[in-house]
Amino acid sequence: MSLNHGFSRRDFIRWAVAAPAAMSFTEEFIPKLASALEEAVKEYPIIWLQASTCSGCSVSVINTIHPSIKNIILEQVLPGHQLKLMYHGTLMAATGSLSTDTARETAEKFKGKYILVVEGAIPTKEKGIYGWIGEKEGKPMTMFDWIDLLGRNAMATLTVGTCAAYGGLPSAAPNPSGSMGVTDVYKTLNIATPVINIPGCPCHPDWFIGTVAKILLYGMPQAKELDEYGRLKLFFARSIHNHCINRDYMDDGIFASKFGDEGCLLELGCKGPFTYGDCPIRLWNGSTNWCVAAGGPCIGCTEKGFPDAHSPIYQRR
Amino acid sequence: MDTIRTKINIDPMTRIEGHLKIEVVVENKKVVEAKVGGTLYRGFEQILINRNPVDAIQITQRFCGVCPTPHAIASSQALENAFGIMPPANGRIIRNIMQGANSIQSHILHFYHLASLDFFRGPDVPPFIPRYEADYRVPTQVHEALINHYVQAYQMRLKAHELCAIWSGKMPHMASIVPGGVSIRPRIDNITTSLWRLKELREFIDTVYLPDVITIGEIYRDYFQIGMGGKRFLTFGLFDLDNEPDVTKRKRFIPMGRIIDGKAESVDTKKITEDVMSSWYDSSSHLHPSKGETLPNPDKSNAYSWLKAPRYDSKAYEVGPLARIALAYQTKSNPKIVQLVDDALARLQVGPEALYSVMGRHLSRVIECKVIADELEQMIMQIKLEEPVCTDHKIPETAEGMGLWSAARGALSHWISIKNGKIARYQAVVPTTWNASPQDDKGQPGPMELAMMGTVVEDSENPFALARIVRSFDPCIACAIHILEPGKSVKEFRIL
Repeated sequence: MSLNHGFSRRDFIRWAVAAPAAMSFTEEFIPKLASALEEAVKEYPIIWLQASTCSGCSVSVINTIHPSIKNIILEQVLPGHQLKLMYHGTLMAATGSLSTDTARETAEKFKGKYILVVEGAIPTKEKGIYGWIGEKEGKPMTMFDWIDLLGRNAMATLTVGTCAAYGGLPSAAPNPSGSMGVTDVYKTLNIATPVINIPGCPCHPDWFIGTVAKILLYGMPQAKELDEYGRLKLFFARSIHNHCINRDYMDDGIFASKFGDEGCLLELGCKGPFTYGDCPIRLWNGSTNWCVAAGGPCIGCTEKGFPDAHSPIYQRR
Repeated sequence: MDTIRTKINIDPMTRIEGHLKIEVVVENKKVVEAKVGGTLYRGFEQILINRNPVDAIQITQRFCGVCPTPHAIASSQALENAFGIMPPANGRIIRNIMQGANSIQSHILHFYHLASLDFFRGPDVPPFIPRYEADYRVPTQVHEALINHYVQAYQMRLKAHELCAIWSGKMPHMASIVPGGVSIRPRIDNITTSLWRLKELREFIDTVYLPDVITIGEIYRDYFQIGMGGKRFLTFGLFDLDNEPDVTKRKRFIPMGRIIDGKAESVDTKKITEDVMSSWYDSSSHLHPSKGETLPNPDKSNAYSWLKAPRYDSKAYEVGPLARIALAYQTKSNPKIVQLVDDALARLQVGPEALYSVMGRHLSRVIECKVIADELEQMIMQIKLEEPVCTDHKIPETAEGMGLWSAARGALSHWISIKNGKIARYQAVVPTTWNASPQDDKGQPGPMELAMMGTVVEDSENPFALARIVRSFDPCIACAIHILEPGKSVKEFRIL
């Protein structure tokens, strides 16, 4: 295989066994070296659960540039630290029960050591029958059941996107499926696993990678590093309005009154003053653009209560 | 000889967008029954009711993170139809560019990241293991190239997203599509950087994606005979070329139409209905989407799906790239498509019938991807700096509107009713509802079910042929499931 994906224990043993004479390794010596290598590289199993989602957050996270998705899946994402994407419904090779068995086995084998990533809200109405993935003992295994199984024994839970963090679009009135964010579901299930919210519709790849890197290198964030909505202040401390490219228009009293006009977008419903995130300075999709620069008002997608708290979307709040 | 009857259950069906379950019955190694159902309900139509009509453009994008663009466009068309306005040329052209970029992104993602692992083994690390032990036939040298292309394709689909975001603000979920056109004012730097991103994408499609599909087609030649389906096709076409207010008369780069009994026919949207005989609904069956009802009954006998069954003139139609390419090829309405199809068929030494298959769907998808990418340059060059991008609108008290468009994976229609200036009813009939539909009132199976019938399954523990058939349709369940209504008590809920 021509891909350079680091030097795993398996590769090491294969290489060492293939050339024992030349390298003068003894049978006894090989496992010792391999285990030293294993200690040097810390592996983090990831279980990525897609619940009531549009898959947009997965699609967004694979837009990561540096590191690339190849760096993340196949290489050490940081020196000495490697992620292992054990379960991801959209990307994994396995299908059917072969795929869900992998999630169960990973949770069992790496109890307390895996990172659970949740994408999408959790339907809770009528015991969660509005969304399920595979079966358990011949019956549908609901997303609610999955959260119960996988959440309890995770080292940490990362919610990607506003749906997983706070309920998002599926929980908009009248919330037909009784959808909730992970923190609220954990409360009902008495699950104490720490949760870090990485909201956005979708979640920005840099916010996800940055949060993962923080955990890998410095451990779980302290309470003071998170805001009251469980987001890292690193990315969500300041309002969109704070860094907005249209600030001068606002200061000069120039407001767009219809789409495509120049000016501050407040009168077209911009929720920038009530929305927290670093979009204006980070930008999206390879730093090509962001909503307001495309003439679209900020719709408040990183906020708890999105979309209802910001509806009607195109009317001034 | 005793008949050996086995039930195969694939739940969840991975490497698709969303949550899907497949159940088939195999007799003497051949599929004799096939049933397809979705396993997630979000209730978007209910969420849309009573909201400001314009909010539908943002909310319906969230049906699907792979294809927010066509939903935004179909939704804005439904609003424009209801408001009695049309976008100016710039608005129309910039939407076409965003759709083109999204289609390229979606097709590359589908072939490499969703479908290709059915044909070759990935590296021996998660998420590429575990996997079905399928009949992987790719020789070592080709195998290494394909793995590299799988990785390269991630960078390419990302570039297609950038090409879209230059005009949409971000992807997924776009900021700039609004009723009457777009909100972005074009600039020369955006035009220039779009052209250079497009150039890279075209090189990838010409030198990697298209050759890879041909290579896999040569190796898996039998898949030109597997997964044929009903050979009835429907498309609403793609890329508006004029501002004709009647969407069914509008000139489109990829044409609107149908194929039935081998003949090309026109589309009359009045003939679209949704049947519910096999769906858990007590509502009247056979209703037009603009009049759609939803009265759930999970105890309904003989029902097996939350999906309704959309039909045209009471018949099931396949939608998607194959439908679009087959129509354009048959009507010779797009010379480039005709040329590319002929070249590919000659290279593969198969006839046009081979298009109706698993491999034919992959081939149609890459041909469409190339045609769109090649056309985009001209579209980008048509943008006029300093000219208007949007027509102003006023929300009427009472109105109805319809939007017809094509998502990457097939025909898409949005239907809105406005009362008291608010959304009174919103229905979307999406590609996967057509393709993954259950049996209709006459007991006719949906296109995906039909495509699985008769398939040989050698090993029921490794039903890879079925996975290959289902994935060739590029199902997008997040889109399809939004129209489903849940029951009140669904404890005994099973697809079969």
